[in-house]
Amino acid sequence: MIRAEKLSKRFGDVAALSPTDVHIQSGAITAIMGGSGSGKTTLLRLLAGLEKPSTGHIWYGDEDLCTISDKRLYQIRESMGMLFQYSALLNSLNVYDNVAFPLHEHTDLDEAVIRTMVSMKLEQVGLRGFEHLMPSELSGGMAKRVAFARAIAMDPKIVFFDEPTSGLDPISAGVISTLIKDTSTKNRMTSIVVTHDVPAGLSIADHIILLWQGRIIAEGSPDEIRHSTDERVQQFLEGRPDGPIPFSRSTTSYIDDLTHKPGTVRLES
Amino acid sequence: MQAYRRIEMTVGAFVIVGLLAISWLAIKVGQVGGLGESGYSLIANFDDAGGVRKGSDVMMAGVVIGRIDSVKLTNNDHATMMLRINQDVKITEDAFASVRTKGIIGDRYIRITQGMEDENLEAGGEIEETESAINIEDLISKYIFSGKE
Amino acid sequence: MSELTMKQSGLATFLGRLGRSTLRGCEQLGDATMLGLHALSLIFSKPWQGKHFIIQLYALGVGSLAIIVITGAFTGMVLALQGYYTLAKFGSESLLGAGVGMSIIRELGPVLGAFMIIGRAGSSITAEIGIMRVTEQTDALEMMAVNPKRRILLPRIVAVILAVPLLVAIFDVVGIGTGYIVGVELLGVNPGAYMAELVAKISMHDIYGGWVKSVVFGFLIGMICTYMGYRAVPTTEGVAQATTQAVVISSVCVLIIDYILTSFFL
Repeated sequence: MIRAEKLSKRFGDVAALSPTDVHIQSGAITAIMGGSGSGKTTLLRLLAGLEKPSTGHIWYGDEDLCTISDKRLYQIRESMGMLFQYSALLNSLNVYDNVAFPLHEHTDLDEAVIRTMVSMKLEQVGLRGFEHLMPSELSGGMAKRVAFARAIAMDPKIVFFDEPTSGLDPISAGVISTLIKDTSTKNRMTSIVVTHDVPAGLSIADHIILLWQGRIIAEGSPDEIRHSTDERVQQFLEGRPDGPIPFSRSTTSYIDDLTHKPGTVRLES
Repeated sequence: MQAYRRIEMTVGAFVIVGLLAISWLAIKVGQVGGLGESGYSLIANFDDAGGVRKGSDVMMAGVVIGRIDSVKLTNNDHATMMLRINQDVKITEDAFASVRTKGIIGDRYIRITQGMEDENLEAGGEIEETESAINIEDLISKYIFSGKE
Repeated sequence: MSELTMKQSGLATFLGRLGRSTLRGCEQLGDATMLGLHALSLIFSKPWQGKHFIIQLYALGVGSLAIIVITGAFTGMVLALQGYYTLAKFGSESLLGAGVGMSIIRELGPVLGAFMIIGRAGSSITAEIGIMRVTEQTDALEMMAVNPKRRILLPRIVAVILAVPLLVAIFDVVGIGTGYIVGVELLGVNPGAYMAELVAKISMHDIYGGWVKSVVFGFLIGMICTYMGYRAVPTTEGVAQATTQAVVISSVCVLIIDYILTSFFL
């Protein structure tokens, strides 16, 4: 089980994440949702160990990510996978080598065995037969599927997804969402999905964490979230441009800004 | 991974070419191990080494036949030089070694003039007859001051 | 509402900016040293990156071979041409070989060679690493339990350290060779004299000096270019800027260290 206590992250003066406690249930799909700048990607990167927190601890079972050795961290990572927002495929390798990468790196398996495994993973994502293509020759949706196959190549226990459906057409988005749901359930993976795709998040998640401005404002099952009485949650779910989360981000008075420039006409109030 | 094999071979070739270039520079130009350990040693003592150094040429009849291995100060008053001579060059026992200059203001070298004897010097032998450097400044000051008399 | 604003004097602004830049420069220097040494220290632990080192040696070493040969060739030819006319004034044309050889072995080989390698290999290192950062490939490697410092940085640094001395030696040989062709064939210098004076006037001391310089330059280029790529701002302009900065900073450092090393060796 992954647990975070008093987790926070500052970048210089900016507090991306305020001290928060997070529980990630094993074997379930947890969706971290929120608007842009809400801190959800920061939270994901902290949980994955890609960033070090400013305060707090992240527990994987009884090991604290912040205090374990690099070697142990890499060991733990061998049972993790991650699907990045822009796929992050290794440009110099073709589809086959990308998916087989973790297998080549961390196992001594025979090439024939690896070939079989890669075929299986590619079949799962519907791209068997595309092994020889280079990442630059793939469409966004296909690249994401290849990255998915790579993320699950070693049958990991924990998988992180950073905006898996962003930038995809509705069909491809549906494909990815289905893949996440099916694979997580079938392999009993702990999946942590960051997304601002409300329908996708609500449909695949077992547990949702809603962030706003670096704080958790709602948490619960999809049903609980849907019936939340918090106005901000409802605004997010419905995609309303204005509400408790204001449309205008400006912090100064409009009149002042307009009349401050020299040479402009002063408005009568 | 045939592409990798080709890369390996090219890299290997590149490294070999590079090492060859390095060796050429070291051996041909720097003369590392040039005369090296071949050849035999002779000793010669001089009142004035005249700036002859380790590595300076040893010539006979205008041909380089060896080089100076070392120049040391002995007994605080004269210079002892170790000469390394080509194996196939024989130097007579009464040969004559002098410090000379290439050109008027060029490099210093040791010039060997053969003597008349039949006996040749063995390895480790000493060239007895030596003439020290002709010092231009001494000559000139001698010339100038002799005129004053 | 009126505001009271005080305009900072020009001098104060300038000094402030200078101070901040210096402090940032120190920070970066420390960061670069730590990163470079950390990457290098990984050479002593498994898994060894032999295969990736070879690939980098191919990309950077063999890749720079053409430009090195061309630069070396033309440097030798120009030196022979210029040197001949200068020496001819003193009737010392026979020293051409020595002149060309000494200039190349002691200075032009290591320094010009380093510049060419910076332009060809150094910039590609910075750009490649920068782009990998932007596209999250380095993060992907981390998540796949592969240390990017070990897999990406280390092989490049080591490859550059090895490639520079080899390439500089090739530069030297080519330069001396084309100098010979121009001097002897075109300008009529005595062929025997060219090589003989070259050999006579150049000592191992000069050659060692050239080697030490090339190894040190290789080290500098490797560390600086990998660092600039790794710490590039993760945007397209960030990578472009990092690449140009890497070239400039490497070149300036090479010149400064060249002076320092030359003064040690003379």
